[in-house]
Amino acid sequence: MIGFGILKGLAVTLKRFFQTYLVTNKLGKKHFNSPEGIQSRYDAKTEGIFTIQYPEEKQVLPEEFRFIPFLIYTLNPAGEKEFRCTACGICAKVCPPQCIWIMRKTDPETGKPSPHPAMFTIDIDICMNCGLCAEYCPFDAIKMDHDYELSTLNREKNLYSMEQLGKSIDYYAKIRPDNYRREEEARAAKKQPVTN
Amino acid sequence: MTDQFTTPISTDVTMDYLSMVAAKETRQGFSGWVIPAEKSLEVFDTLNKKQGYDFLSSVTGVDNFPDPTIEVVYHLFKSTGGGPLVLRVVVDRDDPVVPSLVQLYKGAEFQEREIWDLFGVHFSGHPDLRRILLWEGFDGHPLRKDWKEPFYEEDVKPYKSRWPEGKADLIEKKNPFEDNVQFPQGFTPTNWTATGESALIDEVFVPDDKEALDTDQLIINLGPQHPSTHGVFRMLAATEGEKIVGLKPVVGYLHRNHEKIGERNTFLQNMPYTDRLDYISSMSNNFGYAITVEKLMGIVPPERAEYLRVMMAELTRISSHIMATGFLLNDLGAYFTPSLYSLEERELILDIFEEVSGSRMMCNYFRFGGVVRDVTPEVMKKVHDLVTDRLPRKIDEIDRYLTGNEIVKVRTQGVGVLTDEQAINDSITGPILRASGVPYDIRRADPYSIYERLNFDVITKTHGDVYDRYLVRLEEMRQSLRILDQVLDHIPEGPIMTGKPVYQVRVPAGEAYGRVEGPKGELGFYVVSDGKPNPKRYHVRAPSFINLTGLERMCVGGKIADTVAIVGSIDMVLGEVDR
Repeated sequence: MIGFGILKGLAVTLKRFFQTYLVTNKLGKKHFNSPEGIQSRYDAKTEGIFTIQYPEEKQVLPEEFRFIPFLIYTLNPAGEKEFRCTACGICAKVCPPQCIWIMRKTDPETGKPSPHPAMFTIDIDICMNCGLCAEYCPFDAIKMDHDYELSTLNREKNLYSMEQLGKSIDYYAKIRPDNYRREEEARAAKKQPVTN
Repeated sequence: MTDQFTTPISTDVTMDYLSMVAAKETRQGFSGWVIPAEKSLEVFDTLNKKQGYDFLSSVTGVDNFPDPTIEVVYHLFKSTGGGPLVLRVVVDRDDPVVPSLVQLYKGAEFQEREIWDLFGVHFSGHPDLRRILLWEGFDGHPLRKDWKEPFYEEDVKPYKSRWPEGKADLIEKKNPFEDNVQFPQGFTPTNWTATGESALIDEVFVPDDKEALDTDQLIINLGPQHPSTHGVFRMLAATEGEKIVGLKPVVGYLHRNHEKIGERNTFLQNMPYTDRLDYISSMSNNFGYAITVEKLMGIVPPERAEYLRVMMAELTRISSHIMATGFLLNDLGAYFTPSLYSLEERELILDIFEEVSGSRMMCNYFRFGGVVRDVTPEVMKKVHDLVTDRLPRKIDEIDRYLTGNEIVKVRTQGVGVLTDEQAINDSITGPILRASGVPYDIRRADPYSIYERLNFDVITKTHGDVYDRYLVRLEEMRQSLRILDQVLDHIPEGPIMTGKPVYQVRVPAGEAYGRVEGPKGELGFYVVSDGKPNPKRYHVRAPSFINLTGLERMCVGGKIADTVAIVGSIDMVLGEVDR
């Protein structure tokens, strides 16, 4: 019968239409603006309304999510920032769009290069968020961030200096707990033979 | 397993024939035969008609600068399966002329135009040798090694200005607007009229039948900004009344010379760039590039990595096919309902990619010799839930929703028909080729990774129209689920990487052509290394670009509205077409 296929198809859309109301009704107020409501929309069983209502609701970021690198620093007892970066330049060499510029510090007494960056700049307009710098950094000094809300009114602000790139180790432990734990364990294991 | 890829499988008859007319390639790491330019047509004719090498997969150029030669490299296959037959024609760099193969293999048409555009190799006998990716006023041929872009910094990355004396400045100060273009000598932009445009229109016009009623042809322009073209893609159609009599696609609006960038990059740096080719299926692109360079390096990834790769590639196929199905309906005028239904499923697959690789679309997940990181048990469970429960249900729902729909049938059945012979001759691959009845799937025809061990069917349909392409995609999603089921059952524990991850891989000199069955068709990478950290030549055989060769054949005789359906059924991604 001509038209039967269309009707069969329309039954699908009709079912979907009612489902949106049924699912929202079942979950009640919890469906929106609540962590469990957002989580329910990630589930393999989810039906009904699918979208996350950004910016009121935000996506749950998985640990490995990557966006724009940052530099890890620790605070020393005097309260000064100590960057882990040794200015070895591997991140600048591996960077596919070449958006990392590093100037190595020179020791003022000897005039020889010292393992610290004097300047570390990333042009985040160029950065393609590939994560290779973080992957190949031998000192766990550069990591990928979770913060994706970076819009500015002025493009010149997108040339990130060391000040803007630096984030504390606690922040890193917060956004990537599993990676942090793994790396700290590896560090501890590396130190062990030396102390013995 | 690698041997199977590198040694061309040829019958003795072919070898005997070629040893009479051609010289064996002798360079270390290279294979195939060198044929003299004047004999090229004759050799290809024999190979095509008598030896069964009917499928010209890839044609590309290699500039041997500072040697005064340019090579044109052909990769021939049999449409019944098997490895490549590599042939090359070596010509003088200053005056390169090579006979065109368009008469024998129509699939060479766009690829030869591309080589003319990017290398400046003249193809004698080509019916329409215009620039294809760049505009007609472009200065020079950019893939030649001595061509330099405006604000050229260095031949290869990493650039020396980055470390240890790196001082950053805003890019627009180095590269100011209006100064960032090069013109040929004596060129003034204000006085220039586009000669290419009239050539294009001449090309589209079809000579009138003098016997018939005197009618005028009307040229209709679609695109480059048109909602049905899936990006910046332009078509010029000559119509007689409602009927299309001639049609030419115009591409290149998104051109960024991916291959030049690739030759400046180191081998590893290319990996994230491949994501940007076909941005709907970046995992597949990673796969193709990884196996090509692995072939050159002679390494094989560990078992678990192979399973993870196949898992990602098949998830990509589902997400790409489901989107193609949805957007085909969008083009047919179903507005956004089917495409949003399919986007929902895609979102769930992208969630998995995000958790595994860190990014939803630009995955950058593969490395030479393995993958970046292991998949956690939680993600495995998610994949399991999707594969065993949700996706089969949803694919059935789409089937129920669309397959029997009378409007869909009327709009798609018998539209854009491509016969099997035409499809092979046009070098068309992927679901379009299989919808025309050719059971050619690289996972079976020239197996890579672990596909040999997996059970799945190669889906073929017989009509070769838009409706059959839709059905092939639908069935292929089910086959992908079948593969995923097996992968989830058999995935072993173990390492995910051969050797230690290094950022500067050592690639011995030589060439390799690696290809995978991407969602859009045969995605091939041709990489030539000269032992340095950067590839000497990096070529992408983009399936959607070459599938466009058949567009004219499919559209002529139909209506303008059919063109929109046909373009939807090709399922192209302009990031890959324009490269």
